[in-house]
Amino acid sequence: MIHQFDTVIVGSGGAGLYAALEASERSKTAVLSKLYPIRSHTGAAQGGISAALGNVEEDKAEWHAFDTVKGGDYLVDQAAAKILTEEAIQAVYDLENRGLPFNRTPEGKIDQRRFGGHTRNFGEGPVRRACYAADRTGHMILQTLYQQCIKNEVAFFDEFQVVDLIMTDTTCNGVVAVELATGELHLFAAKAVLFATGGFGRMFKITSNAYANTGDGPAVCARKGIPLMDMEFFQFHPTGIMGLGILISEAVRGEGGILRNRDGHRFMEDYSPTLLDLAPRDIVARSMLTEVRAGKGIRGDRKIDDYLHLDATHLGKETLTTKLPDISSFCQTYLGIDPADSPIPVLPTAHYAMGGIPTDVHGRVICDGQGTIVNGLYAAGECACVSVHGANRLGTNSLLDLVVFGRRAGIHIGDYVKQIDMPQVSAADAADAQSWMARLTDGSPGPHGGRISEEMQTLMMEKVGIYRTASEMAAAVDALQALRERYQTVRVQDSGKQFNTDLLEVIELGNLLDLSLITAASALNRQESRGAHSREDFPERDDDRWLKHTLAQLAGDIVRLSDKPVDTSIWEPKPRTY
Amino acid sequence: MKIVLKVERFNPESDAAPYYQSYEVDAEPNERLLDALMHVKRFLDGSLGFRKSCAHGVCGSDAMRINGKDGLACKTLIKDVAQEDGDTITVQPLRYLPVQRDLIVDQDAFFKKYRSIKPYLINTTPVDQGERRQSQAERGKFDDTTNCILCASCYSACPVLGENAAFLGPAAIAQAYRFIADTRDEGFADRLPVLDAPDGVWPCQNHFKCTQSCPRSILITKRINQVKRMIEKQRDAGDTPSD
Repeated sequence: MIHQFDTVIVGSGGAGLYAALEASERSKTAVLSKLYPIRSHTGAAQGGISAALGNVEEDKAEWHAFDTVKGGDYLVDQAAAKILTEEAIQAVYDLENRGLPFNRTPEGKIDQRRFGGHTRNFGEGPVRRACYAADRTGHMILQTLYQQCIKNEVAFFDEFQVVDLIMTDTTCNGVVAVELATGELHLFAAKAVLFATGGFGRMFKITSNAYANTGDGPAVCARKGIPLMDMEFFQFHPTGIMGLGILISEAVRGEGGILRNRDGHRFMEDYSPTLLDLAPRDIVARSMLTEVRAGKGIRGDRKIDDYLHLDATHLGKETLTTKLPDISSFCQTYLGIDPADSPIPVLPTAHYAMGGIPTDVHGRVICDGQGTIVNGLYAAGECACVSVHGANRLGTNSLLDLVVFGRRAGIHIGDYVKQIDMPQVSAADAADAQSWMARLTDGSPGPHGGRISEEMQTLMMEKVGIYRTASEMAAAVDALQALRERYQTVRVQDSGKQFNTDLLEVIELGNLLDLSLITAASALNRQESRGAHSREDFPERDDDRWLKHTLAQLAGDIVRLSDKPVDTSIWEPKPRTY
Repeated sequence: MKIVLKVERFNPESDAAPYYQSYEVDAEPNERLLDALMHVKRFLDGSLGFRKSCAHGVCGSDAMRINGKDGLACKTLIKDVAQEDGDTITVQPLRYLPVQRDLIVDQDAFFKKYRSIKPYLINTTPVDQGERRQSQAERGKFDDTTNCILCASCYSACPVLGENAAFLGPAAIAQAYRFIADTRDEGFADRLPVLDAPDGVWPCQNHFKCTQSCPRSILITKRINQVKRMIEKQRDAGDTPSD
């Protein structure tokens, strides 16, 4: 079946829905989502969305921009960070005006709290910048945006999995998608396509990410020859529930929670004397692993899965109930403990992709180091790389990124589609997708993807995790290539057409394998330590050689690497201490 | 421990009627029921159909009936529903919604009812500058209802829907409360025709099954009763003789 829309938005999390609100006011818009829209992973974001409102103490967008740049270890494009932090203020007011129920100050204003790496006056000390709705800020953003989409009667195609882009040269003409309900392929001709497909933490064994976070947008782009940017930078959130990886918000530390080792020692004093437990995530995660390796984990056995304690027992029931209720509930459900009485066992969990599809500040996809635009193709949110997060994202800046750049992309698309004609697409444009689906479902004997998925996740966790070395990463690249070969023999076991979730899982596994390979190859290439990318064989940041973005292009079995300059037009890179 | 997952299966493409299939699975008591289902899907039977995403109780994808009670597979631990080696856990799709495949149900009717109560802030008064103010007490009034993840557990748990399929249902009414109890909202009158209708709030008979099933601890029955009282109060005000 062939559909025609001015604008097709793929993904219905924060970025997709915000873009849909803007684009649907200006153009005939469809939102394609592999989940029901309200199920997207934006809803799992907890702690807050930062904006220099100054509701509880003095704050400035400029300080927020500087923190973002420094937090990203100077790999952030600085003009983009300026836009992010300046537009943050109106973005938060806009969400409030649309109904988002923020927590309030005694005066009835939006309340704000501390978060890692957010400081007053260029690093003097923590500042209360994160606007929040208990510890379910992402849930409230997702709900509010979905509610607005209902109000504006946005057209949704629920449970459609996008598997290919339709392109001629450097122009995008639409997408190909599988409908879960029928198993049929649909072609969507569109003047503009926005990818807002979220993250891909499922390439790692221990992750805070949803099953759905399989990087479908970036993988489709990669297979079309569009290079992905800065894929070596993957954030491990310091506090995942031991064993499960379920996120325990940084807001616990923002409200005063303390990380302790087996001696009860507040070890962040040794690593970050100014910001302590509220140092940026890369620094805290590394500090935790250093403690574990030194035998200071709670078990003390130096094994990679040893853990530490997040102590919130001194915060009091009142704070836990009104400001961190979901965290308390997760602890009760999965650990059988009350954080008011017992410390929470935590360890770092794969959380956020700083890298992704390269875009400019309007969400337009860029396909080389010179800034060449792919006409009609946009990306926003976690799947995109503007880059406002550089080598390490600050907490709360992801929700902000969705809202600010989802909105900007939606507005730009609205203008762009007025200037061009509807592209012609035909059934032949689905040929690649069709042969892929046909191979997966041809009924010939072949392994199920379960084992390959397990091996990939373990491999990425162990060899491309928090600390990295050349030999481990080279081994990972080889192993991933072998897994991608084995993937060619995988077959879908479910022979049904309707609601064949097995087919979707196998498609998702293919996407994760491609992105794992690109991540491992990009990481092996960068011979320095910066932000979340920590090389034991190259422990220092090396601005002379590596102050540049990585572009990684998938070409069959190999990954071609090139680079793109970083915008450092405002602040000179400096050593990063907290 | 060893458990038996007894799953109600149905593929409208090929099956005349639903049937049960049992899978023997090794599972730790502290694992989630979803982990056991994923084990079946990945290693035993790829054709088993169910929805899932976040795996920690915030996205609402994996609501189902577990040993006859509605809830989320990712918020149910094995030890909550199986005590001894060899225990059987019975898993069925949610009630009152057509089965599309195994544990996957058609949620259209549920979301249609949700949309009918206009689940968005209605306020046409322009904001002077920045934000609308709201006191902490005002914000607190509707706090629990903002937890809703639209998983439809309450919908399946409600006995009234078994007798009256047209009933608006617990989630939609609780979400109506979320807005009409919000001091920033001016949409009570707009929502009244749906709420104050024979199939609106009135069929609720206080069974409390919705409240018991809610994985987000929302006091749904209480909120439904509050909406009833708001409607009555408004009627009384309207009935006051104007002499």
